[in-house]
Amino acid sequence: MRIGVLVKQVPATENVRIDEETGTMVREGVEAELNPLDLHAVEEAVRLKDRLGEGTEITVISMGPPQAQKAVRAAIAMGCDRGLLLSDRRFAGSDTLATARTLAAGVQKAGGFDLLLSGERATDGETGQVGPAVGQILGLSVLTFVSAVESAAKGSLVVRRAVEGGHERVEAPLPAMLSVVKEINTPRLCTLGGKIRAKKTEIPVLGADDLPIPPELLGLPGSPTKVVKVSYPQITRSGKKVAAADSLNGAVEEILSVLRGRGIV
Amino acid sequence: MNEEYRGVWTLSEVREGRIHPVSYELLAWGRDLADTLGVPLSAVLLGSGVTEQAPELIVHGADQVYVVDDPNLAHFKADSFSKTLAELVNRHRPEIFIASATSSGRTVMPVLYADLETGLTADCTELGIDTKERLLLQTRPAIGGNVMADIKTPLRRPQMCTVRPRSKKPLPPDRSRTGRIIAEKAVPGSLSSVMKLLEFLPEKNVGAPLQDAEVIVAGGKGMKKGANFALLEELAGLLGGSVGASRTAVDLNWAPYSSQVGLSGKSVTPKLYIACGISGAVQHLAGMSAADTVIAVNTDPEAPIFRVADLAIVGDVLEVIPALIGRLKS
Repeated sequence: MRIGVLVKQVPATENVRIDEETGTMVREGVEAELNPLDLHAVEEAVRLKDRLGEGTEITVISMGPPQAQKAVRAAIAMGCDRGLLLSDRRFAGSDTLATARTLAAGVQKAGGFDLLLSGERATDGETGQVGPAVGQILGLSVLTFVSAVESAAKGSLVVRRAVEGGHERVEAPLPAMLSVVKEINTPRLCTLGGKIRAKKTEIPVLGADDLPIPPELLGLPGSPTKVVKVSYPQITRSGKKVAAADSLNGAVEEILSVLRGRGIV
Repeated sequence: MNEEYRGVWTLSEVREGRIHPVSYELLAWGRDLADTLGVPLSAVLLGSGVTEQAPELIVHGADQVYVVDDPNLAHFKADSFSKTLAELVNRHRPEIFIASATSSGRTVMPVLYADLETGLTADCTELGIDTKERLLLQTRPAIGGNVMADIKTPLRRPQMCTVRPRSKKPLPPDRSRTGRIIAEKAVPGSLSSVMKLLEFLPEKNVGAPLQDAEVIVAGGKGMKKGANFALLEELAGLLGGSVGASRTAVDLNWAPYSSQVGLSGKSVTPKLYIACGISGAVQHLAGMSAADTVIAVNTDPEAPIFRVADLAIVGDVLEVIPALIGRLKS
């Protein structure tokens, strides 16, 4: 089976802090990392390879600046076989549709896959739109919020989807595009051997001229949505502070008065 | 060519054969937009045996309802739903089409917009109209709510977005409202799906799904151990709410992932959020700071959670919560 994993490099949000003065996120000097939710897609691909055995190959594909090869290498260090980076200044400013077009073309350049995986969404843009859009462009079965891959063989697969109020078990034919949720697995830590292999692996880079997409459908010109304004909201409230140590009953009364005030009790 | 596209559409959500109330929140947004533009507001209803519920959408603000009532649409599937919607959009050409940012909305809209090659904005919390340009103005949080972005789709139609549940109250039902219910057909190729729903496994959880909950009682590291989450379940039960958790609590297996609130979990907007022993990492605040009212209980007076709290109780959650439960019971 041929498996592809779509990944994104994002600002490392684990260590973000808020500027006390302005109440906004400090982004200067914040390192980039492989989108934490993509780790689960990479992990699931590697587990499927272990399960399906020989003949299964995993390719990691990312679109981003040249530095995004670090994210591709991080996935290879976890057990993926090869990588592909789509990088070109003409891809800059892509919205989710232009990104999906570019990634879909990259997938076709890589020869296509039986199974494509992505994380549920990236922790920076938080749209969750790119994976399903790539699936639609390539005509794959699109399965979102996948929390388990029960079986994947003989041209079809059975997955669980995490939806409101429970899980669905769904059967669908391959080829398929799966976006996976965090609960699907616990990503492994990469081994030293994996890191060495990742470092040695050559990551081919494709640019706009390598893809059969007209320039007007790439990057900023190819993006139907335009960001017209960005603002930094304050998420601060001036709450009343009560010490339970002074009076436990007093603290409970304060809570009750809020509950009553909001019509909850 | 864009002038051919007129009207505002909302996608109704059907769960277990019934119209879900989140559909009425969308109609409240849609009503504002349609009135500003001076165009009709249409609700789209896909399902099996749903026609008789269509008048509820009129009662909640729609001028007309497009219904595709077909046994093939009994369960949500990305392919049959998106193909049917694409057929309707191409037939009637709405200028705006909005859906809820639920699991099905966040699945069908990304497939549909890629098919239609238009713009789609995810998880909006505010919608408006730029009347000068006659464009939908979509506002959404990104990077964990630290950035708010205003987004437009100037050239492609329809202008599409998903809207965060609970970002607007439904209009009060008005039984005197009248409107048209239009039975639509779709070709068999649109209605068919390659997917098969084998079974639905309901979650045994206290209360409503987290995104629907009016009250969320959430626990973090300060709960000390998983067994103490029983306290939160008891409190949530008394307040008619659901139990949430911080990432730490989920990673420690004190609570299931489905209850995780924050950047790598769910974004919630309940009427009341009670944070119990949660310090309030940026990642957590990202998922809950939009709640109407926040009560936080934490031993550390400097805990960041207090910065987004309307009421900050400095104390041990394992003393405060049992005392509160005791009072609520008496």
